Parts: sequence; structure tokens; C-alpha cells
Amino acid sequence: MLGYAFRRVLSAIPIALIAVTVCFFILRLAPGGPFDGERALPPTVLANLRAHYNLDQPLVVQYFIYVWRLIQGDLGPSMVIDGFDVADLIRIGFPFTLTMALCAFVIATSIGILAGILAAVNQNKWPDYVLVLIVMIGVVIPNFLNAALLQLLFGVHLGWLPAGGWVSGSIAHLVLPVTVLAWPHAARISRLMRGSMIEVLGSNYVRTARAKGLGERLVLARHAIKPALLPVVSYLGPGLSYLLTGSLAVEQIFGLPGIGKYFVTAALNRDYGIVLGTTILYMFIILALNLIVDLVYAWLDPKVRYR
Amino acid sequence: MPGITGKDTVLMDYANKLAALDAPKGRSLTQDALRRLSKNKAAVVSIGLVILIILVAFIGPFFVPWGYSEVDWTSIRKPPDFAKGHYLGTDQNGRDMLARVLQGTQMSLIVAAVATVVSVSIGVIYGAVSGYFGGRVDSLMMRFVDVMYALPYILFVIILVVMFGRNPVLLFVGIGAIEWLTMARIVRGQTLSIKEKEFIEAARASGAKPFTIIMRHIVPNLTGPVVIYATLTIPEIIIAESFLSYLGLGVQEPQTSLGTLISAGAPVAEVLPWMLLGPAAVLVTLLLCLTYIGDGLRDALDPKDR
Repeated sequence: MLGYAFRRVLSAIPIALIAVTVCFFILRLAPGGPFDGERALPPTVLANLRAHYNLDQPLVVQYFIYVWRLIQGDLGPSMVIDGFDVADLIRIGFPFTLTMALCAFVIATSIGILAGILAAVNQNKWPDYVLVLIVMIGVVIPNFLNAALLQLLFGVHLGWLPAGGWVSGSIAHLVLPVTVLAWPHAARISRLMRGSMIEVLGSNYVRTARAKGLGERLVLARHAIKPALLPVVSYLGPGLSYLLTGSLAVEQIFGLPGIGKYFVTAALNRDYGIVLGTTILYMFIILALNLIVDLVYAWLDPKVRYR
Repeated sequence: MPGITGKDTVLMDYANKLAALDAPKGRSLTQDALRRLSKNKAAVVSIGLVILIILVAFIGPFFVPWGYSEVDWTSIRKPPDFAKGHYLGTDQNGRDMLARVLQGTQMSLIVAAVATVVSVSIGVIYGAVSGYFGGRVDSLMMRFVDVMYALPYILFVIILVVMFGRNPVLLFVGIGAIEWLTMARIVRGQTLSIKEKEFIEAARASGAKPFTIIMRHIVPNLTGPVVIYATLTIPEIIIAESFLSYLGLGVQEPQTSLGTLISAGAPVAEVLPWMLLGPAAVLVTLLLCLTYIGDGLRDALDPKDR
């Protein structure tokens, strides 16, 4: 197990390095730069700015400077806002983004699993149909449209919840964004859970459990739910990274102070520093999540370890 | 010579009767799949609706009294008005919403079609080459896919669009260039099993070059999974495009797309609900139908899954 973990961590390092390289060069090869404002800067100012951010060096030198700083834990400065760097942005925005994504993750996973079980137990009866419909809506409607419709219904017509914006510490402001974020995730999980649960309920050992006289509740609790959870477990890792990136969009829509808002603004201003730093941060998170999922799987299933 | 028992006459009658009947026809896999698909009511209705939406989006503009960028100064921000020919109302600039919805649907469909073709072609060829050559080539090519997977998707699209300008063509290509990853993985997996089959060995023995084998013998055998996955890719691309347009990074005025229309309608939905509801209804119907078609095709082409 330790050996497998070690090999797996080692194999993640070159992937991370290549991904950093790809990001860096795509951003730098693109036309336009952070200093192409409407007013042209005086040449000396421009030259000084470029020198300050090492933009006057050859691209390869810039790349090595960047990687060297990255290894030391410095994700780079903003090139538009003076004295502001990616670490600041993360300190300001990331706790919020993470809180929201984790809230959505916990809520959506529990609701999704329960809904999946409920639909599978009542297969082809009305609870199943209602749940499948709700799930379909979650899968199909894009989050910005969902957000607009929910804002209109609960924020404007019913007036139960604030339609957007953020007041520090207010849970009411989080209800709609978390709902929008969690719905598709819950939908996917309940789809997986329903499918695998139906399969498990048709299997021989469940029939044996019923035949020996166990009540339906006990059959579900002791024999059916655990094996049916496996496909759901394997989706949790990608699901969480999906929620983390998806929260960028939701933050933008509801005007919440997470990383997403700053990222879109930075991209529009061609602030290479912020864009590159945020992308790389997210990439590390995704890689780490994939790594954790792989390790959990290896722990659950010995076959994977000896491949 | 008729037999004493009359057996021959009876048998002859039977043989004639059999000959008169239609011989049982063999059914190809495609026919089988089509028959299964045609039994799936949701999928059939969805196919009909999608065809209808496509036809209306492309032919409709010729019959609508207003153009999509034409301004009617006498009715600005008006609800649906049949007398003037504004069947879905007008926006803040007095442009007819029906015409705009049709144009937006057209744009979204074109983006989806082009991006799907781009992503399917890249994905199929990449996956087939990787799976066919195997070994070091395969692990190198698949590592690259892993790297691309690690890049946060939304951020990557935003970067592409911002850096390379807001050109619709680049939008198509950019979205397509990202959506091919899963396709490449699926195709590679299929290729790994197909390349061990005898007919590939036969092709190789007869001296076919690797490229010929991939294009002529492997790719045609991938049709099933590719069709299923492509159908499921279309809604994803439509969502991606409309999200970019929603952020203001996609299609630019006076051109429009469903996402642009929704993003214009959302802030004013309280007072001008028709500006949001029209495009939203089309988008949801389209996505719902495409998802049902994808699910139906999967059940039809891959019966062991049920």
C-alpha cells in the first residue's frame, strides 16, 4: 500500500509540471498583454513595468523564473493591481469558495444518495418518476439559467430569500447559490445510486437475505446499500473538483466574493499573473483530489495496488 | 411418380407454401438498434422535436415579419403583440424577440455542430492512434490527456476566448478542442480490444499500413460508442457556449445566441419576463431532447447495458 502510494505520488509530479508548462506557454503565446490599455503608456514606463515583471527577458528565462518561484510556494503577482498577488487573492477569496463548494458537496451527496435509494426502492412508481424528473432538470438546465429562474421565483416574486449579493455571515444569502451549485451534483449522484441500487436489489444475495426472512429495512441497511455505494464513491473526487470550478460560475452570477469573481475580471484585463496563478492552484487541487480517490480505491480494492 | 401414401403431394404443398412465404430476413445490427430506438417513445418524440427546432431555426427567419437586428421604434419593451407581428414581444431596443430567439437558436446549433465535429474528429483519431500503437506511444499520449484533464475546464475556455479574441470561429474551435478528452479515452479503450481481433491481423498480414488499418478497419467499428458519446457531447457544448455568452465572452451583438439572450433577459426578468422565458424554453427543450436521444441511443446500441 505504501509502495503504491509512493509510486502514485511520484507519477503525479511530472503531470503537474507539464500542466504548469502548458498553462504558462498558452498564456504567453496569446496576443495582447496586461498593459495594452486604451491609453498607450509612455515607452519608458512600459519598459520599466515590463522589466519589473521580467517580461523583457526571453520567454524561456521567464518560464524558469516562474517555476523556480512556484517551487518556493509563490504563485506570482498581479500585473494589473499594484502590490496584489495571487496569494492575497487566495487568502481573500478561497475560504469563501471552499466553504461554498464543501457545503454544496455535503448537502448534494447526502440528498443524492437518499434520493437514489428512494427511487430504486420505488422503481417505476410515482416517487421514482418524480425524482427522475427532478434529476433530469438538474442534469439538463445550465446553472446560470437555473440561477436566474430561482432568483426570479424566490428572490423577486416570493421575496423569501435575497436574490444575490453577500452580507458577511448571512446564511440566507448562501441558500440560492448553494442550491444552484448542488442540484446538478445531487442529480448525478442519485442517477448513479439509483442504477447501482436497482442492480444490487436484483442480485442473488439480496434474494437470499429476503429468503431468510429479513425485513426490507434490514435488507437495505445491512446488505444492499454498502455495495451500491461503490460507483458513487468513485464519482466523489471528480464531483468535488467539478463543484470547485462550478462555484466560479455561481459566484459570478450571484456576485459573491469568492475567487470566481476575481478570476473573470482578471481574465478580461489580461492579468496573466492572476489567471496563471489561479489556474495552477485549481490544477493542483484537481490533481490532489484524483490522487486521494486513487488511494482510497487502492485501499478498498487490493487488485489495483498490484497492477 | 406420386407415392402410395401421398406423402410427396403433402410435402410438395408444404414446400410451395414455404416458398410463397417471405423468407425470414436477416437483420443487421443497425436495423436492430433502430428498431429498439423506435420503441423508445421519449427518444422518438425527442428526435422529432429536435428536427422541428432545427427546421424552424433555419427556415423560420424567412417567415418572421421582423429581422433580428431590426428596430421597431413604436414598440420598445412591449409584451407579445400579435397585431404588429411581435409574437414573443420586443426587447429594450425594440427588436423582435421571436426573430432574435430564432437567430440565437441557429447560432447555438451551429456552434454545437461545428464544435462537436471538431471534438469528435480529434478524439477519435487521437484515441485510435494511441490505442493502436500501444506501448510507449500510448502511455505518452494518455499522459497528455491526463494533463489536459487536470486543467480546470471553465478557466481554460475563458482563457482561450479572452486571449484569442471573441471570434465565433475560435469559439467553436476552442470549445471543441477541449471536449475531445473523454472521447479519446473511450475510443482508446475500444481500440485496445478491437486491434486484437482476427480481421485486423488479416489486414496487417495483407500488408496494410497502420494508417489504413486505423481509418478503414478500426474507426468504422467504433461507430456505436462514438455516436452515443457525440450525442451526449452536443448538450455539453451548447451549455458551454451559452455560459460563455452569458459571461459576455461568447457571441457578440447584433448576433446572438441562446446564452446571450438569457443573459440579457435574466436581469430584467422581473419586468420583461418574455425576454427570459422565450430563449429559456428553447434552450431547455433542446437540451432535454438531446439528453433523451443520447440515453435512447445508448440503450439501443448497447443492449447489454440494460
